[in-house]
Amino acid sequence: MNSKEITSQISKSADFLNLKKWDYGASFSNDYSVQVDKGEAKQLKASQKQVLTIRVWNESNLVGITTTSDISESGIKKALNQANIASNFGNKNESTEFSPLANDPIKVREAKKRNPVGIKKLLTLLREAEVKLIESHESIKSIPYNGLSESFYERVYANSDGAFRSYAKSQAALYLYARAEEEDKKPRSSGSVKLGYGVDDIDIETCIKEASNKTISHLNYSSIKTNKYLICFSPESFLTLINAFSSMFNARSILDGVSLSNKNSIGEKLSTEALNIYDDGLHEKNISSAPFDGEGTPTKRICLINKGKIENFIHSESTARIFKTSPTGHAGIGSKVSVSPDWIVVEKSKEDYDLKTSLDHSNFEGEFVYIEELNAIHAGVRASQGSFSLPFDGWLYKNGKKISIESATVAGDIKYLLKNIVNIESSQEVTTSGISPHIWVDELSITGDA
Amino acid sequence: MLSSQIKSNEIEFGSCNKDLLEEIIFYGIGLGAEFVEIFLENTDNSSVLAEEDYITNVSPSFGRGAGIRIFKDKRDGFVSTNDLTKHGLMRSVSQAIEMLDITDKKYTDVFNGLKNQRDYGLTKKTWKDEVPTIHEISEKLLESNKSLKKNNKIITRKGSYSRNLQEVIIASSDGTYVSDIRLHQTVGLNVIANDAQYRSNGSRRFGSSGMPNEFKFWDHEKAANDVFESSMNMLYADYVDAGQMPVVLANKFGGVIFHEACGHLLETTQIERGTTPFEHKLNEKIAHESVTAIDEGISKGSFGSLSVDDEGMEPEKSVLIKDGILKKFISDRAGELRTGHKRTGSGRRQNYSFAAASRMRNTYIAKGEYSKDDLISSISDGLYCKSMGGGSVGATGQFNFAVEEGYLIKNGKLTKPVKGATLIGEAKEVMPKISMCGNDLELAPGFCGSISGSVNVTVGQPHIKVDSITVGGR
Repeated sequence: MNSKEITSQISKSADFLNLKKWDYGASFSNDYSVQVDKGEAKQLKASQKQVLTIRVWNESNLVGITTTSDISESGIKKALNQANIASNFGNKNESTEFSPLANDPIKVREAKKRNPVGIKKLLTLLREAEVKLIESHESIKSIPYNGLSESFYERVYANSDGAFRSYAKSQAALYLYARAEEEDKKPRSSGSVKLGYGVDDIDIETCIKEASNKTISHLNYSSIKTNKYLICFSPESFLTLINAFSSMFNARSILDGVSLSNKNSIGEKLSTEALNIYDDGLHEKNISSAPFDGEGTPTKRICLINKGKIENFIHSESTARIFKTSPTGHAGIGSKVSVSPDWIVVEKSKEDYDLKTSLDHSNFEGEFVYIEELNAIHAGVRASQGSFSLPFDGWLYKNGKKISIESATVAGDIKYLLKNIVNIESSQEVTTSGISPHIWVDELSITGDA
Repeated sequence: MLSSQIKSNEIEFGSCNKDLLEEIIFYGIGLGAEFVEIFLENTDNSSVLAEEDYITNVSPSFGRGAGIRIFKDKRDGFVSTNDLTKHGLMRSVSQAIEMLDITDKKYTDVFNGLKNQRDYGLTKKTWKDEVPTIHEISEKLLESNKSLKKNNKIITRKGSYSRNLQEVIIASSDGTYVSDIRLHQTVGLNVIANDAQYRSNGSRRFGSSGMPNEFKFWDHEKAANDVFESSMNMLYADYVDAGQMPVVLANKFGGVIFHEACGHLLETTQIERGTTPFEHKLNEKIAHESVTAIDEGISKGSFGSLSVDDEGMEPEKSVLIKDGILKKFISDRAGELRTGHKRTGSGRRQNYSFAAASRMRNTYIAKGEYSKDDLISSISDGLYCKSMGGGSVGATGQFNFAVEEGYLIKNGKLTKPVKGATLIGEAKEVMPKISMCGNDLELAPGFCGSISGSVNVTVGQPHIKVDSITVGGR
């Protein structure tokens, strides 16, 4: 069944079950991926997948939901039946409705759907990349984590009020994580990830170069003394932190009591006036952009922090209704609807305000720790408390020289961190999770082995 | 025979599919595959969420799928699909063959048909009717949440339940033909306590496999007390000072460190990647002589237990480390093929869309001779980690773990609670420093994410003492 046929089948079955109000979200995907090991194909993988999530509203306007991979006529009937039963347990204290924006026009960017290149080409490209990366430096002995994949998918939202929207996309990804070993030293590992609409859009050479340079740059390492340091966060590491604490801007988290913010936090000063943060799912650099969310609400750019103050929260239909505002295009689909950010963009405002603009990671000669990449986010972040303690890859800069840090963690509190931003560099960098400049923070605790 | 010419037919769970499965395997072998494996899955899942004094989410789901794996010259091609018709399965076989670029289409006699079906699910067909109904479990969760509200500092209460019922059929060209029904249930309780600028979390997870009545008679009051006390103990805790120090890790979920820091390095997938320092250490000392470590899939009701693994092999009890000496690796079919280590019944996957890989099941450090007090009284200045949060291991073996509930040890006694601690180290360096093992082994359920997705496991240990480890703090 295609998406129109599914809509028709759901409508027919819902009529039969006397269910007057329903909506659904569906995704259909074909994925292909390869991994290699020293020139040999290790695992070649293909999958065809379909997922259908149906919501129904019962006579008391309580919502029930079911998810299935069975989109046959009988599967759809069963899903509607189960959703109807689940609606008896619907949340009486917080209703869910259709998004009032589910019929609004959506901004569909120029279609960037590529054709599959096929497993054989994926394998050839990855083999070549592996060889080049191993040959790039004598200490690089293997590429234990590698993969090249391409994915083709269609997403659909429709409801019983006549809303119907869909989009189809393609996406490809390459990751290369090298392992370097030298005598009498610990093995070191680092890597790079690149995304594109298709395999031919991926800059494989840059991925190899980045993985090689990063890995080699960590070969000569030293332990660091436990102390408080001036820190420079790379764009990637700062975005990792902002995403980890995005519950600060999330209306669902606020209502659930697991956010550091509350209903009255709009206007609260969190950071220097020079800091602006947006969520911009439709940004042209966002390969994974989606024109609408799980409730059919169009995706849009929204300012989260303006001149250091909280400007907006992100919403689903139900949280927006409670906050007396409009849905923002950040919802999933569920009986209890989740809310999450799309693509974070961090900017320095036009004025410098109180920034120490002499802090520039490319030429600052004082002592500081450069955090290239934060690890183990799921383990080291306490979003509801605001605290974090995270291992990282990075360098200690001292007297104009840098040395890789052997093993260390950075710990702190997100509100303290935001308040102690001392510089936001001017140029932004695009990463796989958003865009940000380098961010400098004073006095964060580093635990090392020295 | 072209797959498009095959008359449509479909897998039916609960029926005999032998003829159809044999036809598909013959088809793959005929196209030149050395080995063909078919994994079929039919799931019926349900989850319930209670927040404060209300049920806020009930989410049933169901689905079916197949994972087809073809081996040729130590390489494998894996295709997953929701299409369980004969046509769909054969198309997947063809796709896997094509991916592996197999062109020598020889008909051989390597497949002699499927053996008689081993049906491990025969006595489990009633489980679906025995598990708590949504109404029953909703009541249980609401009672738990009510028990969590012991004072007005508790600002958030959540109880969650998840039930996964999985019916599987596994057939392969070595004649394996098995079916099974698996049931996993978990309950989680979470609170946030708040007082002015102070905030803490408390959480516990409980789980079982193959025990449909487990949560009908679950002692929610005891569990709620434990979570409440944990959050209150930590509410006013200071941040721990960073540094090197001896630590005592509590039993049950304290075993997550062994699981993450050492267990993963004993999976043959790590040998294949060249990312384990223990690859050439079989029969050598890798840990303190007080350490014996086991991985098994047979403890009744434990979250990582299985009647049969996802490759059709019954799970064995594997002594990984005996008195500090490395004795065995955890292996699956691909691991045996590529590394030579015999299969241990550890081929596991999250669902049909993942190829099986060598994965842990119930993994624990065996009990020793000391009491918890013996361990604590042996330390003059250190940290007691009563409850561990999550953790991870990097590509070169470094690990880090968050301590959810920690207490300073001063002069052999537990003193004030501390928060923000992280344990950092490398398995190779820490294993020889586990110098004392307690006599109070207990297991705890968890989910392990790795190459073949998220699988149910238990971790476990008695109280153990690590002579020195880096504690991250502020």
